[in-house]
Order: sequence, then structure tokens, then C-alpha cells
Amino acid sequence: MEMLSGGDMLIRSLADEGVDIMFGYPGGAALHIYDAIYRQDKVKHILVRHEQAATHAADAYARVTGKVGTVLVTSGPGATNAITGIATAFMDSIPMVVISGQVPSDKIGQDAFQETDMIGVSRPIVKHSFMVQNPADIPEIVKKAYYIAASGRPGPVVIDVPKDYTAPNETYEYNYPESVSMRSYNPVQKGHSGQIKKAVNAILAAKQPVIYIGGGAIHGDTPELVTKLIKTLGYPITSTLMGLGAYPSTDDQFIGMLGMHGTYEANTAMHKSDLIFCVGARFDDRVTNALDKFCPNAKIVHIDIDPASISKTIAADIPIVGPADSVLQQMLPLIEKGKDKVDQPALESWWKSINEWRQKHGLYTKNRFDDQSEMLKPQEVVQAVYKATKGEAIVATDVGQHQMFAAQYYLFDKPRKWVTSGGLGTMGFGIPAAMGAQMAFMDETVVCITGEGSVQMCIQELSTLKQYGLPIKIININNQALGMVKQWQDMNYDGRYSEILYEDSLPDFVKLAEAYGHVGMKVTKREELMGKLEECFAMKDRVVFMDIYVDPDEHVYPMQIPLESVGDMQLSKTERTA
Amino acid sequence: MNKRRRIISVLMENEPGALSRVVGLFSQRGYNIESLNVAPTEDDSLSRLTLTSVGDDLAIEQITKNLNKLIDVVKLVDLSEGSHIERELMMIKVRATGSMREEVKRSVDIFRGQIIDVTQSTYTIQLLGNSEKLSAFIDAVGETIVLEVVRTGVSGISRGEKILKL
Repeated sequence: MEMLSGGDMLIRSLADEGVDIMFGYPGGAALHIYDAIYRQDKVKHILVRHEQAATHAADAYARVTGKVGTVLVTSGPGATNAITGIATAFMDSIPMVVISGQVPSDKIGQDAFQETDMIGVSRPIVKHSFMVQNPADIPEIVKKAYYIAASGRPGPVVIDVPKDYTAPNETYEYNYPESVSMRSYNPVQKGHSGQIKKAVNAILAAKQPVIYIGGGAIHGDTPELVTKLIKTLGYPITSTLMGLGAYPSTDDQFIGMLGMHGTYEANTAMHKSDLIFCVGARFDDRVTNALDKFCPNAKIVHIDIDPASISKTIAADIPIVGPADSVLQQMLPLIEKGKDKVDQPALESWWKSINEWRQKHGLYTKNRFDDQSEMLKPQEVVQAVYKATKGEAIVATDVGQHQMFAAQYYLFDKPRKWVTSGGLGTMGFGIPAAMGAQMAFMDETVVCITGEGSVQMCIQELSTLKQYGLPIKIININNQALGMVKQWQDMNYDGRYSEILYEDSLPDFVKLAEAYGHVGMKVTKREELMGKLEECFAMKDRVVFMDIYVDPDEHVYPMQIPLESVGDMQLSKTERTA
Repeated sequence: MNKRRRIISVLMENEPGALSRVVGLFSQRGYNIESLNVAPTEDDSLSRLTLTSVGDDLAIEQITKNLNKLIDVVKLVDLSEGSHIERELMMIKVRATGSMREEVKRSVDIFRGQIIDVTQSTYTIQLLGNSEKLSAFIDAVGETIVLEVVRTGVSGISRGEKILKL
């Protein structure tokens, strides 16, 4: 039996768990652990410039690979800096393990230097957390942490490790468990067959059905199964921000994203539907709008791995608790081989209505935005990026108008290509997320679509990109203001622009990029956009920061009208639904 | 929907931090807790926690679902869904002088309590029962003479064969 110190056991456990990359930042309480990292070569450590970036990078790594992201930070400020990223992962159900150093066990509770009660501070935003009480437990705790993070409804897990438990002078028998079982944690593996039969009957009886998928549809084999289901049924499908890419966006049966900035046809179809089949989404307020006006005629069938997500805001008529892929696997044969068939005439007339809505106010109808205007429009920038990358890039975003335009106009045909902070809406997510995604796939084109507001929240990571040669492409859609806040101030506060302008203080992003050793480019005119983008994406091994000036007055539409139904939308500055 | 008082009984891992996760859940999700008590069971690895909360069916369903999601929670039951027994212990110190000494003694007897400490001017009384009975006693002796009240919060157990165990 091998004898190892706590610090060595920790890193060895990560290696034995299959962790190849971790993102982190050293500090006093984590010194023994960092020494253990130095003396091995299985787990590669990426030194970020701020702990928030470590969590976002690990989160994005998890989103694009489907594996668990790993973070290592020190106690106190290291731990608290990680909090925003942990909350981001928690809200979007992203599997992540965050290891935080802690002050020595005999100093806990004494307000020691760099002491924070990390277990307490992180409690409401983790799936679970462990405080190491005995160094010999470290391998088992690591195994449990990865199991909990990845299984059931995934989420972040914190392991807090007092410094003395990682010290080199004491060693313990090292044995990494092959599996772990917990009497209090047994995620559901299959859906209830009676409920599934009921669901199939309801789905086939529908005249005006909509399939509504969310982030849960990205997992496992769900994307293929959803596609099979949609092709078998011929029904329309819409997706939340989190579910984009689980079903091909360029397919005709995809009616666009739904919700606050969803398409006219998706929101209208939802509102008029008689059946909503929800796969791995949670009816959150950015989708439902006013709960009492939500889809008045719809029967709700809801698959979710998390029972607490079912009937939380909208009561499900037919709830099914289970992993989406296994439930769909059970469901498909019943649909394909059962006696009941889709009501084709009803479906045809339903599609006729949907296509009319699409032609009337869809995202690709004329005049959705003015592409002859003097200034570039943010929408056409996203469309140009889509074209220049042939729709195949991994796209990370920050939060705000640019994020919504990216969701609307970059069409994802594959899952795990779209990396955005949906639930928490974390500005500063973009660059570190693109960094984590590029780390996972060095040969893929990774784009960070951002704005001049968000990008400044984690801009220090330009330095990390340089150190590790991560050639992401930053598309800064620069509207010279905090655009989404501005839009709300335009719409609801009579244009009183409170604290959204920078008064000539914006940095010269081209020079800034160059200062970090990258390429910077500025675009202000429509004629130069495509050429410069092509130039940018041709520089395969360089980080390129594209500072693209756009119309500061553009709004994101459609936009649901607060306190109304899913289908009540502002369609432009002057039009709204009846 | 009707708001009712529920008694939720939880078996959870006897681990540090487990209690704070349960209590934190209530404040985090805006659920109310009326009373809460927790103590070890015959199995060293488990604690039993009993809490009472008032809510409609939907709210209570969310509470039980979210409690079940906590990794430390092994099993739970809403005792108020079936036939059950609930008890709470109260210790109450009252001002007892002159004619009030007899008066209070009589009330204690009626409520089947015991006087467990006596001074020349106070009685300390122990009383066991359901929450309503304990409140009724406070009303009976009158709040003006009450000096201090300590209540344990509700504990409960199902009637008959039904048990909450691993």
C-alpha cells in the first residue's frame, strides 16, 4: 500500500478520477496542494488571473465536454472570489468540483489570516459540500464529490481542505475507491412507465403541440433522441437559452428560442398550444412571463431529473421524474409502434398557422433590423460571425444585448457549442468561458461574443490566454453603453440613462489587446466587417480582439411585455402584438 | 388553497453542517419554520429532526422535495398526512405570591403539569402535551404573571405500525 500525504492524495485522487485539467490560483492555505501539483504531471493546472475566471473556465470546460470541471483556490479571498462562478454553475446545473484551501484546523473559528467559512458562504449555491475532517478520507471525498457533481441534476460541489491536513510530514494509506454509494443519494435512473404511457397518449392526442426543451436536453444521448422524437412526430420544437443546439437550429421544425427575447412564432405557438411537452427545462420567469396567464389551453407534460423543478411555478398535468434520455428511450417505441397516431390534418393546420407567424414577424423577415443604416447593427455582426465561422464555432458570451442577439442569430446545429450564463446572467463570464472551452478543444474555433461592458469584468484573462496560447476570437459588440440596461431605461424610464455611459473613458481595445501581446482590430463600417472578420478567423494561432462599433440605439426584439402572457410581445420600438 | 400546519420529520446524516443545510434551505427559499428540534437517534449515524411549518399543499410539496434533494437527508415523512402523536415540552416560570400560589397550583393540576422548582415568589412548571395545550395553559394562568417560557418545539411519531427508519 502506497503512503501519501494529504496534499499528494488530493492530487493523485484527481488524476485517478480522470481529471486532466484544473483551473486555479495559489495562496497560503493551498501551498501544500500546489507543491503536490508541482511534483506530478498527470493533472495540468492553468493559472488564471482571478479566481472568478477559474470557475467560469472550469464551468465552460464542463459545458463543452460534458465532463466535470475542476477548480483549485486558496482560502479567504481565493474562496470568495470563486463564489460568482460557483453560483453561475449552480443556476445552470453545471458539474464542477471546487477545492478550496482552508486555514489549519486548529485555527478555524479564530478569524485567522485569510479565513472564511467557505462551507457556510457557499452553502446556498452548491449541490453539496465537504469539509475534510480527517486526511485519510480525502480519496473517498473526492470520489463522492465527482459522483455527486455529475449525476442526477448536475451541479457544483465544494471540498474545503484545512492546510494541516495536506501537510507533507504525515502520510496515509492511499487507495482510490472504484465506486461509491451513498444511502442518502440515489438519483432516479428511469421514468415511471405508467406516467410515460399517459404522456404518450396525451402527446399523440394533441392538435396544437409544442415541444419545449431546456438545458437538461443537452445531457447524454438526449439530443439524438429529441431529434428522433421530433422527426417521428413532425411537431414544432422550441428551446430555452440553455437548450440551444440540442436540436439543430437550422431545421425547419425548430421555431426558435422562446421566452423574453424568443421568436414571435415560438412564443405565439406556446400561448396557443393545447399541449406542451417539456424536456429538461424549468418554466423559469424568463420563459413563462406572468404565471397566471401562462398558456391557458395547454396540458403540460414535464420530464425532469429534479422532482423539485416539476410543478414549482407551473403545475404539470403529467410529471415524469427521470433522466431525459432514458425517459425518451422508453417513450419512443410506444410512439412508433403504438395504436394511436398523430392527427395529421390537425398538425398540418397547426403548421400553417406557425408558418404564417414565422413569415409575418420571424427573425428573418425584412425590416427586423435596418441593414442599410449608417451604423452597423449588432444583429448583422452576429450574422457575419456565423457566416465567417460557417456556423461551426464554439460560442461563449457575456450577458446583455449581445448575448440575446447571439442566441437569436447564431444558429447552433450541435449541442455543447453554446456557452452562456443563463440562470445567473453573469457579466464577465465570456472571456474565461471561451478560455475553458478552447482548453478543452485546442483545434476548434472558439468565439467570445461580448460587449464593451461585460468584457471589462474579466479582461485580465487576456494575460492567461497569452500564457497558454489559447487563440480565442473576441467579438466585442461595442455600443458604447450598458445596452440592455439602456433598453430598459428607454422602455420603462422615459430614457433616463442612469449610470450606463462611460463618458469617453472606454479604453482603446486595440491597444489593450496589443499590450497583452494579442492582435486588435477596430471595425466601424459595414463594408469592412466581413473582410476583417475573415482576416480575424484566418489567424488560427492568435487571440484577436475585434472591437466592432454598432448602433447604440438598437433594442433586442421581440421582447415579452411584463405581467402579460408568453405571447404578448413588443416587436419593435413601435409595434406590439395585439 | 388551504394553509395547514404540517409536521415534517426528517432522518438525516449525523454530520457537521447537515443542520445548517436544512435551516438554510428554509430561509433561502422563503419557507417558514414555526418550530424545530433535532437530536441523535438510537443509530449514532443518524439525527432526527422535526419541524413544523404552515403552508398550502403546493408549498409543502416544494419543501419536502427540496429537503429530499439535500444530500444529508436520508428519509422524511410529513406526519400530518397520517394519524400521528405530537408532543412538546414546556418549562414556564411564573410569579407566584399570595393567593396566586394556590390559583396557579390548581391550574397546574388541571393541566396535569408538575411544579419542578419553587421559591418564595416563583414557581417553575413543567408541562407536556401538544402545542395547543401548552398555549392554553399560558392563557389560563394569564400572561401578566409569566416570567419566562421555554418550549422544545414539536416532536412527533406516527401511530400504529408505521415507522420512519432506514
